Amino acid sequence: MNLKTRLHILKRKLRGSKMAPAFGALHTFLFLPDETTHNGTHIKVADDLKRTMNTVILAMIPCLIFGMFNAGYQHNLAVGDIQAVTSGFFSAEFWTLDNFFIGFWKIIPLVIVSYGVGLGIEFLFAIIKKHEVEEGYLVTGMLVPLIVPVDIPLWMLAVAVIFGVVIGKEVFGGTGMNILNPALTIRAFLFFAYPTWMSGDKVWVEGAVERTREIAAGANLDAISGETILGSLAQGKEVAFSTWDMFLGFIPGSVGETSALLILLGGLFLIFTKIGSWRIMLSSAVGAIVMGLIFNQIVDAGVITESSKFYGLMSTPFWEHLIIGGFAFGTVFMATDPVTASQTNKGKWIYGFLVGFISILIRVFNPAYPEGVMLAILLMNVFAPTIDHYVVQGNVKKRMKRLKVKTA
Amino acid sequence: MALLSKKDSKLITDPLADNNPITIQVLGICSALAITAQLKASIVMAVSVMAVLAIGNVVISLLRNIIPSKIRIIVQLVVVAALVIIVDQVLKAYSYELSKTLSVFVGLIITNCIIMGRFEAFALANGPWRSFLDGIGNAAGYGLILIIVGFFRELLGSGTLLGFKVLGDPIEKTGLYAIGYENNGFMLLSPMALIVVGIIIWVQRSRNKALIED
Repeated sequence: MNLKTRLHILKRKLRGSKMAPAFGALHTFLFLPDETTHNGTHIKVADDLKRTMNTVILAMIPCLIFGMFNAGYQHNLAVGDIQAVTSGFFSAEFWTLDNFFIGFWKIIPLVIVSYGVGLGIEFLFAIIKKHEVEEGYLVTGMLVPLIVPVDIPLWMLAVAVIFGVVIGKEVFGGTGMNILNPALTIRAFLFFAYPTWMSGDKVWVEGAVERTREIAAGANLDAISGETILGSLAQGKEVAFSTWDMFLGFIPGSVGETSALLILLGGLFLIFTKIGSWRIMLSSAVGAIVMGLIFNQIVDAGVITESSKFYGLMSTPFWEHLIIGGFAFGTVFMATDPVTASQTNKGKWIYGFLVGFISILIRVFNPAYPEGVMLAILLMNVFAPTIDHYVVQGNVKKRMKRLKVKTA
Repeated sequence: MALLSKKDSKLITDPLADNNPITIQVLGICSALAITAQLKASIVMAVSVMAVLAIGNVVISLLRNIIPSKIRIIVQLVVVAALVIIVDQVLKAYSYELSKTLSVFVGLIITNCIIMGRFEAFALANGPWRSFLDGIGNAAGYGLILIIVGFFRELLGSGTLLGFKVLGDPIEKTGLYAIGYENNGFMLLSPMALIVVGIIIWVQRSRNKALIED
C-alpha cells in the first residue's frame, strides 16, 4: 500500500471530524484529491491555487538565497573581516560558505516563524469556521522574511504575523477577500509598532544591534552599522556603494529586496509563466520614472538647491530609484498580488502607474518613511476596487452609446 | 433591587452590553479614538461624559414640555454647552495637566453624538428620574468601552497603567524588558484604537449572535 492510498483511507476516517479541513490541506498539498464530482461542467487545469502560489515562491527562492549570502557579507564587511566585492556578480568575496551560514542561521528562523505562526492561524480559523484551509498564506509566508531587516526579533515577527493574518485577512473573510496585501500589512505593522527595529543604521547589518549593546555594557569593540541607500540619501550623506553594487544587490537592506538583478529574473519568470501581471510591473516602473524625471527636472531648473533637505533624494537619477530600496521587490512581488491589485487591464495600468508614482513621491518628501513603496502599494490596494469600478462603468457607457447609435 | 424597578434597572444595564452606544449604535467613535492612549484620560473622559449626559438628560426632561419643538436642537445645544464648560472649568481647576492632555476633546463633548442622541431619543419623552438613569447607563456603556480600549492601549503601547510601570522600566531594562520585550508604538496611534474597538465589536457579536445585523 503506497502513501497515497494510505492518505485516502485516513481521510475517509477523518471525514466530518474537526480536523478534516486541516488534514485536507496537507493532503491536497501533496496529492490530487480522489473525489470526483458528478454534475456540472468542469474545466480541468493544472495550475490550481497551490500551483500558482508555488510558482511565485519559486521565483523568490533566488532572492532568499542571495539574501542569506548578503546578510553574512554585510556582517563580515562591517566587522572588517573581508574586502568589498570587486569583480562583479560572481565575486569570490561574496559567495563564501562563511557568509552563507551567518545568513542561513539568521534567516531560516524568520522563515520558520513566519510560516509556523501564519499557517497555524490559517488552520485555527479553518477549524473554527469549518471551511477548507486556504492556501493564501503560502506566498505571504515567504514574502514576510524577505521584506524585514535581518535582525528583527522573532517574537516581533510572530506578533506582526498574527496581526497581519487576522486583521489584514481573516476579518475580511480569508484568502481572496482581503483588501490589503497581508505581507505588507505585516510589514506596516512592524514599521509603526517597532520603528527602532525597522529603520535606522543598525538593523540592516546582522549583529549591529547586539554589538551596540555589548559596547554599552563595556566591551572593547568597534561599533558596526550600515545605512540603507535610501537612508543615506534622505540624510544627505555620501552613498558608499556604486550603482553596479545596487543593481547586483551587495547593499544593506531588507533580506530579499537588495538584488534588483535577481528580482528582475524572478519577475521575468512570473511574466513567462503568466502568473504575474506584466502590465502592473511595467506601468509602475513607468510611474516611478515619470516621478523621478519630474524631480530631476526640478533640481536641474535650480528650484531645489543643495541646502534643501530634499536635495539628496530629488537629485538621485530617475533610473537609480528603480534599483534602490524595496521598489523592485514591491513592484514585482507585491503590487502584482492578484487579489489586492486591480482586476481589469486598463485598471492595472492606472493602478501600477500610481504605485510607482506615489512610491517615489513618498520617498522624497517623507524622509521619516524612507520606504515609500510599502505605503504606496497599501494605498493603491485601497483604491484598486474604485479604479476597477470606473473602468467597468466606462466600458458600459461606451457600449451603451454604441447601442444607441445602432438602434437610432 | 428595591431602589429601581425592573424596567428602570434595564435603563442602566442595557447600554452596558446589548445596546452599547459605541459597539452597537456606533456613536461617539471620534472621542474613543482620540483620547484612549492613556487609561487615566479615558476614565476622566468617561466621568465627564457621564456628568454631562446625566445632568443634561435631567434638564432636558424637565424642560421637555415647554421647549418649542422647532428650536429644540438649539435649546439642547445650549444645555450641553453650558454643562461642558462647567466640566472643562472643573478639570482646569483641579487637574490642569490632565485637562491639557484632553485639550480640545472636553470641549468636543458637545458634538458627541451620544449626548444629542439621548436628548432626542429619550429625555424629550421621559420623566427626569428615568432620563437620569438613562444618562448614567449610556455614559457607563460609553465609558466601559473607553476604559477597555484605554487599558489595552496604555498597557501595550507604553507598558504602564495609570502611569505605573507595570511591565518594568524600558530604559533600565527591568521586568519584561529584560528579556527583550518592547512597547508597541502602533498602539499609541489612533488607527489601533479603531482596530481595538473593532475587535471588541467582533468578540461581542460572536458571543451574542442576535446582535449581528442582516
